[in-house]
Amino acid sequence: MNIGFNEIQETIRMVRMEELDIRTITLGINLMDCAGDTQEAMRTKVYNKITSSAATLTQTAEDISQEYGIPIANKRISVTPCSLLLGGATKEDAIKLAETLDAAARDTGVDFIGGFSAMVHKGISSGDAILLEALPEALSMTERVCASVSAATTKAGINMDAVSRLGHIIKRAAELTADNNGLANAKFVVFCNPVEDNPFMAGAFHGTGEADKVLNVGVSGPGVVLHALKRHPDADLGEVSDIIKRTAFKITRAGELMAREAADRLNVPFGIMDLSLAPTNAANDSVAEILEEIGLERVGTHGTIAALAMMNDAVKKGGAMASSYVGGLSGAFIPVSEDNGMIKGVQDGALSLDKLEGMTSVCSVGLDMIAVPGHVEAASLSGLIADEMAIGMINKKTTAVRVIPVPGANEGDMIEFGGLLGRAPVMGLNPYKSDKMMQRGGRIPAPLQSLIN
Amino acid sequence: MESNRAVISVVGKDQVGIIADVTAVLKEHQINVLDISQTILQDFFTMMMLVDLSRTASMQEIEAALEQTAANLGLTIHIQREDLFKHMHRI
Repeated sequence: MNIGFNEIQETIRMVRMEELDIRTITLGINLMDCAGDTQEAMRTKVYNKITSSAATLTQTAEDISQEYGIPIANKRISVTPCSLLLGGATKEDAIKLAETLDAAARDTGVDFIGGFSAMVHKGISSGDAILLEALPEALSMTERVCASVSAATTKAGINMDAVSRLGHIIKRAAELTADNNGLANAKFVVFCNPVEDNPFMAGAFHGTGEADKVLNVGVSGPGVVLHALKRHPDADLGEVSDIIKRTAFKITRAGELMAREAADRLNVPFGIMDLSLAPTNAANDSVAEILEEIGLERVGTHGTIAALAMMNDAVKKGGAMASSYVGGLSGAFIPVSEDNGMIKGVQDGALSLDKLEGMTSVCSVGLDMIAVPGHVEAASLSGLIADEMAIGMINKKTTAVRVIPVPGANEGDMIEFGGLLGRAPVMGLNPYKSDKMMQRGGRIPAPLQSLIN
Repeated sequence: MESNRAVISVVGKDQVGIIADVTAVLKEHQINVLDISQTILQDFFTMMMLVDLSRTASMQEIEAALEQTAANLGLTIHIQREDLFKHMHRI
């Protein structure tokens, strides 16, 4: 047999015992050809295009998953940023469009549909304004619709008018889902430098530079990396990096094979592999635990950023070798609620919001799934977003904020979101105000880094 | 590059007739065994088989049949396309 006994066993062990899975296969669908004479006609076309394009998505994913013996955890859809379809519409139209997306997602059997989005990093167009106005209701009235807003880019700077408004939007969405721990905001993310081919939710949308349809895939496997490191407790850091690299290579190769097969069967082009280590609440499937295995008593202590930077870089190096097209966010996610190690770090007082901010400058995304008290001020949320936007803008990378004010909750409470979203300890924001800065409004100019032509 | 080969892995407590029972299922589904390798690891029977699926109707069907055998013998049996292992372990 030209494949070794050990190699077969290694693959089986990764899947059965170390939680290796394809985290998401996301079908991107362009909706620009759904424009119609009326908003109602447009919605009908949107529903029909999504349901016909994705008719066999979940079944195909399940078939492939069975044949290769690797689970595909989530099947998802991303669409053209919806603000592009809402020029001249009303708030009610925007909410109805979100409901249309929700129905299409339900009827195709996907768990989330992303792209109720607006790109406002430089300015707010009429369609963007309508979408922003409808956001709180759209998020709270739908079950599977994910939304995102691009509020900053390295090229454009930070639209502080939008950032200021987003604080209020997030607060309002929390209030509308007060019975549900403010869950609406778990489906909403604010970006700096968003990418057009991200397969992961809540931030997935189908960029305007993409083909009519495309299949993007995110593999994962913090558990596999963790177990690989456990087998080498005395390796030096160069060797640790190499172990992570080799593990990421294998994980990505498996993902790419299955992604290409899925794209073939769905008859859509294969877009990119997203090389992200995304944790889940399953035992040992934690990014924080990898950092602790590298040698930290608890995630968040001194050395955390260095360990994260090394891990993130090693994942990219291994993954880039393994896939012909790498894209999306490609790094490590550090959501608090979806990672048992992060939760423990916060509970033990080792991991603070400030440290999380620092960590986002060396990993892929940003402040992710962070629960805060419901009574925080909108301007403080805007300030939190502005800081994260600045980190992304200056470092020429994607950063994001997915923050969940939980009505009625106080710092230190534990909130159960359920399912994939896990549970989160409520973290306090800085008690001092940021409102004067938000009232100033305007745009923070693009940094010198943008002048590269 | 479509390959019609798969790897069947069987792991569990050693007992009489494992190979006979598994290969009986394969014969029933017209599956040819191309390679077979078996050992006992710490009292555990471990077998890997490389098989040809080109005369077989569907992988789902075989999987169901193997699952039945696995349940009868108290073993774990997986069938996975060979490409996966090639991709993960060979450049």
